[in-house]
Amino acid sequence: MPTDVERWKSEVYGNEIRERLFEFAEKGWESIPEDERDAWFERFKWWGLYHQRNGQESYFMMRIGTPNGVLEPGQVRAVGEIADEFARGPGVNPEFGAAYADFTTRQSIQLHWIRLEDIPAIFEKLDEHGLSTQQACGDSWRNIVGCPVAGKDKHEHVDALPVALDLHDTYKGHEDHTNLPRKWKVSVTGCREGCGQGDINDLAFEPATKDGEKGFNIRVGGGLARNEPRLARDLDVFVTPDQAGEVGGALSALFRDYGDRENRYNARIKFLVDEWGAEKMRRVLQEEYVDWELPTAGEDLREEYSYNSGYATGGHSDHVGVHEQNDGNYYVGLDVLVGRMGAADVLELADLADEYGSGEVRLTQRQNAIVTDVPEENLDDLLAEDLLSDYSPDPHPFMRGSIACTGTEFCSLSIVETKNRQVRYARWLKENVELPEGVEDFHIHLSGCTASCAQPQIADVSLRGMKTRKNGEAVEALDIGLGGGLGENPQFADWVGQRVPVDEVPGAIANLLANFEDRREGDETFRTFVERLDEDELADLIEPEETDYEDPMMHNTKLTWYPYADEDDMDDSPAPARADGTPISSDD
Amino acid sequence: MLARTDVDRRTGDERPVVTVPLRIQDDGAWLSVDDQRRVGVGELWRFYDPGFCDCDLADGVVENLVEPGVDGRTVEIRAVCQCIVCGTKATTDWLPVGRIVDGEWRDIDREGLLLSNASRKRE
Ligand code: HEM
Ligand code: SF4
Ligand SMILES: [Zn+2]
Repeated sequence: MPTDVERWKSEVYGNEIRERLFEFAEKGWESIPEDERDAWFERFKWWGLYHQRNGQESYFMMRIGTPNGVLEPGQVRAVGEIADEFARGPGVNPEFGAAYADFTTRQSIQLHWIRLEDIPAIFEKLDEHGLSTQQACGDSWRNIVGCPVAGKDKHEHVDALPVALDLHDTYKGHEDHTNLPRKWKVSVTGCREGCGQGDINDLAFEPATKDGEKGFNIRVGGGLARNEPRLARDLDVFVTPDQAGEVGGALSALFRDYGDRENRYNARIKFLVDEWGAEKMRRVLQEEYVDWELPTAGEDLREEYSYNSGYATGGHSDHVGVHEQNDGNYYVGLDVLVGRMGAADVLELADLADEYGSGEVRLTQRQNAIVTDVPEENLDDLLAEDLLSDYSPDPHPFMRGSIACTGTEFCSLSIVETKNRQVRYARWLKENVELPEGVEDFHIHLSGCTASCAQPQIADVSLRGMKTRKNGEAVEALDIGLGGGLGENPQFADWVGQRVPVDEVPGAIANLLANFEDRREGDETFRTFVERLDEDELADLIEPEETDYEDPMMHNTKLTWYPYADEDDMDDSPAPARADGTPISSDD
Repeated sequence: MLARTDVDRRTGDERPVVTVPLRIQDDGAWLSVDDQRRVGVGELWRFYDPGFCDCDLADGVVENLVEPGVDGRTVEIRAVCQCIVCGTKATTDWLPVGRIVDGEWRDIDREGLLLSNASRKRE
């Protein structure tokens, strides 16, 4: 039996949803027929709108897909203005204020508290600036990710940006690829550092050389979600940059036709690769979807991969800092703590990019922002700007290494509070914990549930939302994982610490680092260190402990309508609300 | 869409009375009853189920809702839970989460003890 979601998709899906959104926007939230809400909220995702969690009805998260993280001149300002005008709701975040934008781990932008009634005005403004929310969520081609400095990197193997943009232009809104069994996440990497993170995507193009020609090897079936993390598997196929679009479409068509539409939990292509194996996947692709002979894989560059790897390869593991581009200009990578920037800061960033660079800004998969195309003579003035003391190009390692997902603030799947907690953790660690000699990279990724939006499994310290009881009370807790990282031989973390109450996690990390310092051999990195140890030894490294860190969000933040509200009870929720914010009374 | 059934007192047969759409939305995040959000992940459920783990009472963090069902007026769910006492992670048996009375949703107190369908039937 097809699932409800498949039934709804077969009725209305794809481009048409936009018109329906506009009709609902005109008449307001209450015009969505009560018995069609589940169906419409599912469909709205295709146009980038995700209904916020329980207690926040009628408000939406809106995701803007910026291919390869590139924001052309003028686009950051548009995002800042939209955030400032429309991303305001009844809740105010104590750390980030009333209006902000989130830069995500897939180089997209998320805004919150969006009202249905404002969508036509927002879409108009996005259109004017060449931005879109199309397919940012839902069962289709999601935002295409890649090395954020593609085309500007001095050492890159091949410029992958034209390929990423071609895939974006071709498959956004393409009728044949509108309705896939599940999300389809694509990564295109041309650099030597592996910044595209192909290993954790459904489809990965990875830099390679075949018979002297530069292009890409293809891997399929990676992803982190749901206790079922998978690395993308090698299809043994090489494509030239010109062939990438066609073969990408062929694989998407294969997924469309063979993916599991009966069971959404088994629908991602990673499960089809599990079932078939890479060889059969290649054979079906060749026999049924491509009418010229696919060459076998070329020679890859995986040995050099450094991004999120934790190895000392000499390559960079993020894009923070000042780096020379291939044209003699510089790019300046700014650390955006947990990816969130207040609307006023986004506008300031736009000003700085205009004044000192070309106006372009790029987003990274470590939730950071890069000002590109800065001539050498502008560097000192840019670096002296106030904004850069908050979003530093030379941050403390605990700030630099922090990533966090959305969590209980807005997300239905969440178990715990995330972004603000990671900000508190990073600050406490910076104040209280000395990193061992020479350790400049130390990544801590916090995800509110197993969906793994913060990519916890590839960090030095992996944190994942859980619950436990402490002194009889239910409190928020985290599982702690170690041993994860990308690089030539990527590994997912082992979850060696279970259900550590959130107020004991900073103490656990402090003890972990002290144990590392004690037992470290020479100047080995943390990743190399943990690779020497087995699971029991790893578990011993973590000694959870209360410290002077206090967590104001120990209680069940999911049971509040908004964790930071003064009156945070579900019953105090002002949602759902009309366009002017007046609550719509519910019938029960 | 699932039919709520009731027992015909005269014949003892089960018969459908009202249909109430029950579905799990957003990839296991919450239970929709009549297009309204009723039960979400992140709750702690105490339940008795020797088939789930060895604890006298499992104390499970609800991570993902898997499947909705009905038994008479009772709405039930199978969920991926992790017992915070012993660490077992598995899919539960059918656990009661609410009731439909006169077509209206009534919450079951899920902070109290939940008796699985099988254990209710055994009594
Ligand atoms: C059914 C609900 C959801 C599921 C199953 C889900 C799952 C995921 C997964 C698996 C990833 C990527 C990790 C990977 O690379 O494999 C992801 C990305 C992300 N999700 Fe979710 N997510 C859900 C809802 C949400 C909601 C409601 C929000 C915010 C309100 C959110 C925020 C994010 C962010 C920030 C990212 C990273 C970037 C991006 O996709 O552009 N997610 N999600
Ligand atoms: S990891 Fe879980 S809690 Fe965090 S945003 Fe993704 S779905 Fe929500
Ligand atoms: Zn147990």
